[in-house]
Amino acid sequence: MPIDSVFTGLSWNPVHDVHELFTYPFMVHALEAGTIVAVMSGVIGWFMVLRRQTFAGHTLSMTAFTGASAASLAGAPVAVGYFGICSLGALALAAATGTRRSLSSESAATGSIGAFALALGFLFVNLYHGALNGLDSLLFGTFLGITSGQVLALLVVAAVAIALVGLAARPLLFASVDPDVARAAGVRVRLLGLGFLLVLGLAVAETSQITGSLLVFALLVTPAATAQRLTTRPLAGVVLSVVLALAVTWLGLALAYFSIYPVGFYITSVSFALYLLARAFA
Amino acid sequence: MTAVELRDAEARIVGRTIWRDVSITVERGEFVAVLGPNGAGKSTLVRAILGLQPLVAGSATILGARPGETNDRIGYLPQRRSFDESTRIRGIDVVRLGLDGARWGVPLPGRRNRTATARVDHVVELVGATEYAERPIGELSGGEQQRLLIAQALVRRPQLLLLDEPLDSLDLPNQVGVAGLVRDICREEDVAVLLVAHDVNPIIGYLDGVIYFAAGTAVEGAPEDVVATQTLTELYGVPIEVLRASDGRLVVVGAPDLHGHHAH
Repeated sequence: MPIDSVFTGLSWNPVHDVHELFTYPFMVHALEAGTIVAVMSGVIGWFMVLRRQTFAGHTLSMTAFTGASAASLAGAPVAVGYFGICSLGALALAAATGTRRSLSSESAATGSIGAFALALGFLFVNLYHGALNGLDSLLFGTFLGITSGQVLALLVVAAVAIALVGLAARPLLFASVDPDVARAAGVRVRLLGLGFLLVLGLAVAETSQITGSLLVFALLVTPAATAQRLTTRPLAGVVLSVVLALAVTWLGLALAYFSIYPVGFYITSVSFALYLLARAFA
Repeated sequence: MTAVELRDAEARIVGRTIWRDVSITVERGEFVAVLGPNGAGKSTLVRAILGLQPLVAGSATILGARPGETNDRIGYLPQRRSFDESTRIRGIDVVRLGLDGARWGVPLPGRRNRTATARVDHVVELVGATEYAERPIGELSGGEQQRLLIAQALVRRPQLLLLDEPLDSLDLPNQVGVAGLVRDICREEDVAVLLVAHDVNPIIGYLDGVIYFAAGTAVEGAPEDVVATQTLTELYGVPIEVLRASDGRLVVVGAPDLHGHHAH
């Protein structure tokens, strides 16, 4: 396929093209929302990868889909469904896995919750007959039709979540890499674990609204995993993770704007390409 | 000051008595090994000292207070802890977490941060890990990780060090090296050290005392008095023989799963 027929909107004049990105309010909202989501997922994703909770993140994204489809069915705002169900999902994960140390039982419980959540979401989508073209955007993301109210909601949630993680950064790092010693030093390891799962639930709920439930990893895992390959310094790692998530989001949104393919595909592909580069050279 | 004092102590885990009638005393500046077969309750003692394992009888005084109240003055190295290859955190960061990892927020630039950095550098140098402290800890060898973990346990200037099987998984020269390092730290920093070990031989020359757990209780004394035929026979209640091999190593005969065996 000739590239001109994919990037139908592109004039191939960079100044003009960048200018055009900021012309329409819907695109400005998409860039704002994408920026907020990228910063949040960069920070929280770094801790998630460090804590090896990517599977928990994946499971929460399944519940995110359930929440969004349930909200559509009930006629409620989709964001309410995302945030509500992701918090519930985080609590369920904490209850199912909190007391056990063994990773295998943890992942089995986590996987079971995820499968059930996905099945419920599928049921809700079927009950809600009108959702057929909504299904794609729930699963694979969309950047169309984001309102300034939604941007504000994203901003508030992201600010709270980042503030919480910033406040708990050191004990959380301690509890993540060295739980036994952290516990002896007085760190509330289980409480932090629960708190982090809740914040992760918020991050997944936010990210889902841009990338869709199935492609959450593109922003939450891949930039963080790339950053951890490139640096072992905690602060530098978090900053790099945010920078990568931002770059991936902006590029993905721009590519999607000018082309006929969906945004989730571009964000994921750019993200994955950076990860492969980091693996190859670092 | 007495670092650890237990009187007629008893510990139970899910209703089963692990040990009872345990009375031990460890002073500041003493290097004491905790020996005994697997499951005899060596780690339980460490957890009891930290207040993580409540005693059902007897009393315990740790650095002049009840167990758990003085943990900020105790350096703790848990059993068989190693970081796998995918742990992308530098050794020096792990040491630093031992210093202020429990504090809220992130370290801000300033005088306190410079003091902290200097203290971390100092203990890293003390354990001889300066060369590799900047590398990801998961990529280091067992001996290198162990030295950094000892640095982590030391970084807050503890008055009591609890090292749970730090020599496990190290080769013999490293066992002797780490034991010598611990003895030097014990002397220089005037810190009491309880070191849980599986094999007394690589460390016996450095020890001030031995606490030997077996048969549901423990005896304490000088190394050559405790690891001896008569003491161990009385402790186990079955005939035990302690032999000295021609290379000077002590060999305990008659009790299953003891010195020289490395059950995991």
